[in-house]
Amino acid sequence: MKYIDEYRDGDLARSIAARIASEAIASRHYKFMEFCGGHTHAISRYGIADLLPSNVEMVHGPGCPVCVLPIGRIDDAIRLAMRPGVTLCTYADLMRVPASGGANLLKAKAAGADIRMIYSSMDAVLIAEAEPARHVVFFAIGFETTTPSTALSIGLARRKQLTNFSVFCNHVLTPVAIRAILGTANLPNGKNILVDGFIGPAHVSTVIGTAPYVELAAEFTKPVVVAGFEPLDVVQAILILIRQVNEGRSDVENQYIRAVTAEGNLIAQRAIAEIFELRDMFEWRGLGDLPASALRLRAAYAQFDAEQRFEIITAPAADNPACECGDVLRGLKKPAECKLFGTVCSPETPMGSCMVSPEGACAAHWTYGRFRDKAKAGAIRAAA
Amino acid sequence: MTSPRLRTRKLDIRSGLIDLSHGAGGRASSQLIDEIFRAAFDNPFLDQGNDQAAFDVPAGRMAMSTDSYVIWPLFFPGGDIGSLAVHGTINDLAMAGARPLHLAASYILEEGFPLADLQRIAVSMGRAASAAGVAIVTGDTKVVERGKADGVFITTTGIGIVPAGLDLSGNRARPGDHVILSGSIGDHGVAVMSTRSSMGFETEILSDSAALHGLVAEMVEAAGPSLRLLRDPTRGGLAATLNEIAQQSRCGFLIDESKIPVRPDVVAACELLGLDPLNVANEGKLVAVIDPSATDALLAVMRAHPLGRQASFIGKVTDDDQYFVQMTTSFGGGRIVDWLAGEQLPRIC
Repeated sequence: MKYIDEYRDGDLARSIAARIASEAIASRHYKFMEFCGGHTHAISRYGIADLLPSNVEMVHGPGCPVCVLPIGRIDDAIRLAMRPGVTLCTYADLMRVPASGGANLLKAKAAGADIRMIYSSMDAVLIAEAEPARHVVFFAIGFETTTPSTALSIGLARRKQLTNFSVFCNHVLTPVAIRAILGTANLPNGKNILVDGFIGPAHVSTVIGTAPYVELAAEFTKPVVVAGFEPLDVVQAILILIRQVNEGRSDVENQYIRAVTAEGNLIAQRAIAEIFELRDMFEWRGLGDLPASALRLRAAYAQFDAEQRFEIITAPAADNPACECGDVLRGLKKPAECKLFGTVCSPETPMGSCMVSPEGACAAHWTYGRFRDKAKAGAIRAAA
Repeated sequence: MTSPRLRTRKLDIRSGLIDLSHGAGGRASSQLIDEIFRAAFDNPFLDQGNDQAAFDVPAGRMAMSTDSYVIWPLFFPGGDIGSLAVHGTINDLAMAGARPLHLAASYILEEGFPLADLQRIAVSMGRAASAAGVAIVTGDTKVVERGKADGVFITTTGIGIVPAGLDLSGNRARPGDHVILSGSIGDHGVAVMSTRSSMGFETEILSDSAALHGLVAEMVEAAGPSLRLLRDPTRGGLAATLNEIAQQSRCGFLIDESKIPVRPDVVAACELLGLDPLNVANEGKLVAVIDPSATDALLAVMRAHPLGRQASFIGKVTDDDQYFVQMTTSFGGGRIVDWLAGEQLPRIC
């Protein structure tokens, strides 16, 4: 497929891998965090770890929107969906995210809640228009990538003068999360991870541009290389990061020039700003309460705000005490280091959100990479 | 009792709808069976009008299989629920190396279902069965109230004759065996997906729905006892099929992504929808596990058959006590090919 195959070319990958191997200084260790679940997915799906020398290590970041959503918000969504007359529209990867007491949206649907899986937030508006007797709530989640489409959907609902459509807004902001990873101030247990640099977000950066990372890179002296989600993008970004580390630089560089500019997508930014404003505080799974880290609807759009319409007050809900999604999301632990991984927690019966979304670090490692946990597997591949 | 004159008014197939009387066992039921199913399936067993078909069977082993079809939409590019219900059950028999003999078909119809659609489905079933050399010899029809079903559900059951000396079974893969795939993957699932209005994309991809027993007969002829097992990668796709075999045979697999044929438009649709072609359903493809000594002969006969033109050697069976299906990606790294957790596409068969 044109414009896809070019970025998955095995020969090119091997030549970049050879350069990584020759430029990485043998006596030192390189630890880079890929912020986005999309990168985590690509690294696992294409087996990128096999192309890297042993002293270049990738750790997974918190950039999976499903994973950072706290349990209390899923509880809220289930309660909303169970209300008579309410139709909850959601992206499919939220369906199996565990809520309190072993509940999830899939089970709520089976129990009679009207929950519909949609591909686009616009579909929720169309459902509301077609079914005026239902109140349609769109369960909006995601970083800056999905926020513009939620904003446009609210705009559309307003133009159509719909009174039976609202949004349960859980949109969060990327730069705040990166700062939380780099600084220790807001981490629940004060633990922090030492990384040598970041692979910066792909799709998020198409919206916000590379400018928001400049201050972060300078303040914490960590290089950030914004990269696309194709596997060649990732290996090239790793090479650029190694060069920055070797040269003692901490710049923001843009590998994803085919889609990302410094200033980002101004139309999308305006659409977001028109409808949303900052929340004072929002809870992130794994990162705790982060000030000014999430969005809510402006007062002018209150009629489309499900939280106001249904007077939702999120109650704090504890994760399974043995679940280490929090440490995994901060890059402090690898998925296989969690006691639950592969024992009681698997994609069929996820205990934590990192095992649910295909972008979650645990699900990606389980689905694509767990054979590496056994040394024997290497021998199998070599023998076959 | 039955007056011939009462039967003279034919079903209004153009605008008529299924109503509860069509499933009540009375005259309306009988008329529905006569004018739609008997007309479409046309064979002496049905003409006898009995509640069962009785027939002679040759000596030896028989294979039997049953499958229910709830696909939505009922009509999709390259097929419909009727042809699928015939091909699917024939293929389940063929994966034992069996020559399919007879099918039974059961229908659960929803009140209000258009007779025109039912006739179109029945005609398609009759054609598919006749092309495959199989007769639909008995069946059943039930009608449920509106809202208690979704148009039509079909269950087909088939029996077939297994050639003497042939023993194909999912537990027979051995480390070192070769894995052959008969053609491109993902066509059926993507074709069905493309018809869903909410998807909003158009393709020229047709479902690969086809009866595979002809291809299988030639494979058995060419490879004989070297053939360990056959499996058609339907729901869950190639990934599920290989994982099932790994569990049954207590082995692993190592396959090569670059050897697996996928149509460019299927790749494109999967990219768009966030799917992996390895998990997408097929209805006219098979996986063969074979002793390596017979690989060349098997590939030659498969590639000479219209349903096996793109047959490809995709990998090997490995010794693996964790039963992992591993894949060398075209990018050069390794990964697991896992079962899919939950549903990727609702109701594709």
